[in-house]
Amino acid sequence: MANRINREQVQHVAGLAKLEFTDAELDAFTPQLDDIIGMFETLSEVDTDGVDVTSNVSDQINVMREDVADNWGQSEDLLHNAPDAARGFIKVPAIIDESEDNA
Amino acid sequence: MNYFDKDLASLHADLVAKKLSAKELTQATFDNIKATDPQIDAFLNLNEDAALDQAAKIDAQGINADQPLAGIPMGLKDNIVTKGLTTTAASKILANFKPVYDATVAEKLADAQMINVGKTNLDEFAMGGSTENSAFKTTKNAWDQTKVPGGSSGGSAAAVASGQVPVTLGSDTGGSIRQPAAFNGIVGMKPTYGRVSRWGLIAFGSSLDQIGPMTRGVKDNATVLSAIAGHDNHDLTSSTQAVPNFAADLNDATSVKGMRIGLPKEFLAEGVNEDVKAAILAAADTYRKLGATVDEVSLPHNKYGVAAYYIIASSEASSNLQRFDGIRYGYRADDVKNLEDVYVKSRSEGFGEEVKRRIMLGTFSLSAGFYDAYFIKAAKVRTVIINDFKAVLKDHDFIMGPVAPTTAFGIGDEIKDPITMYMNDVLTIPVNLAGLPGLSLPAGFSNNLPVGMQLIGRPFDESTLYKAGYAFEQNTDFHLQVPTLGGQN
Repeated sequence: MANRINREQVQHVAGLAKLEFTDAELDAFTPQLDDIIGMFETLSEVDTDGVDVTSNVSDQINVMREDVADNWGQSEDLLHNAPDAARGFIKVPAIIDESEDNA
Repeated sequence: MNYFDKDLASLHADLVAKKLSAKELTQATFDNIKATDPQIDAFLNLNEDAALDQAAKIDAQGINADQPLAGIPMGLKDNIVTKGLTTTAASKILANFKPVYDATVAEKLADAQMINVGKTNLDEFAMGGSTENSAFKTTKNAWDQTKVPGGSSGGSAAAVASGQVPVTLGSDTGGSIRQPAAFNGIVGMKPTYGRVSRWGLIAFGSSLDQIGPMTRGVKDNATVLSAIAGHDNHDLTSSTQAVPNFAADLNDATSVKGMRIGLPKEFLAEGVNEDVKAAILAAADTYRKLGATVDEVSLPHNKYGVAAYYIIASSEASSNLQRFDGIRYGYRADDVKNLEDVYVKSRSEGFGEEVKRRIMLGTFSLSAGFYDAYFIKAAKVRTVIINDFKAVLKDHDFIMGPVAPTTAFGIGDEIKDPITMYMNDVLTIPVNLAGLPGLSLPAGFSNNLPVGMQLIGRPFDESTLYKAGYAFEQNTDFHLQVPTLGGQN
């Protein structure tokens, strides 16, 4: 294995992506990602000196519109999709872990 | 209803003449689905009561001759949101999600009075080429149930190919309409980027995604594209270009006469199966007999498309999929101590393996220290690939080649090997990177499995692809062959 990415880096990237993996998953993922990143590196064979990036292939450029508020009147339906809701609000657990705060 | 013998025009004529009611047609479609879906597993969710109600209303109003799609049943890939009808993207994280609005394409087909019979299976969030990445079930190829239907629009392709329904919509980010269409022997169009509104398509790679029709024949496909295309204020990348009546031009089976066609040598290179190669060379001869010129051309950077794509599409996906955080909708993990836990555990438990792999690849490619070497490099290679196409299409009306290097592979054969799976899209991905239209249509058989041909055109020139596809179809009989399934045929 060329070691383009190691286990610690995979864990770091997982943290950025708000994902977590078990040890067994890390064992499987690390060499897989390493191989795929190896495939990415074939791009170094392409001479891109002086070439612009392409980020968008739409034929529309800088389309402007008025910023007008629109009341869809669907808050109840929207809240129906929330995992937990009460009195017109989405419920979430405490942002700060109180048990850690006290420790 | 036997959809193998009927195209949209003949169904429409029967509906107008009242030889058939929309309700009978819709009921017959559900009968088809119930007879064959235990073998095919194309649908995730049926819309039976609402569809039959809608059909009855259409019958009460009557169908006019100027409503070519009225009363005709269709299915939607389940990453296209439908108001009040569960839409999952084949992910556990959206298992119970009920959208509060309709995608623009769903609205347009409803305006055309098509009847939505249900939602078709896909690889989770459209990430995959076999439909094996669905969190719910694996769809089977209509021709051989031990083979994959392709993906990610595998449910939409198999539903049409097995005669369940005459029309479905798919989405195509790197080949997800064209490859399953090829594997199932049907017609699939990936329109020019911006031709069809993406509003209500659950986003994967926003600079690559397009919705398009999947049908048994070229003319049917053209009819549906005209109905879903056009500018939409909800998607400001959608084009303001006028939408032609694509089907109206399809009446001349020799319309390719005088056209110049490019056949890239890279499309027949190593890795492309001999039978696939033979089918494409035979198709080139068909076009020559019809009066077209077929030249060998080169797309020298085609082989870098897969690497550039997996950086760009994964980067866009890692950003788009941040919204799935267990707060406003979708799956939320139990046993959480704080908000960070909600994010991490909901995402880790809710997403499947391939989706996590793409999020990881994208997050890596965009992360500090790697952004220039990976993401920026890929975005430059994208420009190089676009320039290759421009050079060929400057003096060729369109490009022809295979859709995929092989026919449908076995279920379970490639799912453990991501790079092998990714390479299946080597001939379709560059078309998305360049934003060009690509049409997939039946061009032969290998060991009783369909071979697909791909026609690639200039931006917003779907019309030439349909004409060339129609001419090919009128001079061959591949599209007339149908799979044998229990209860059908």
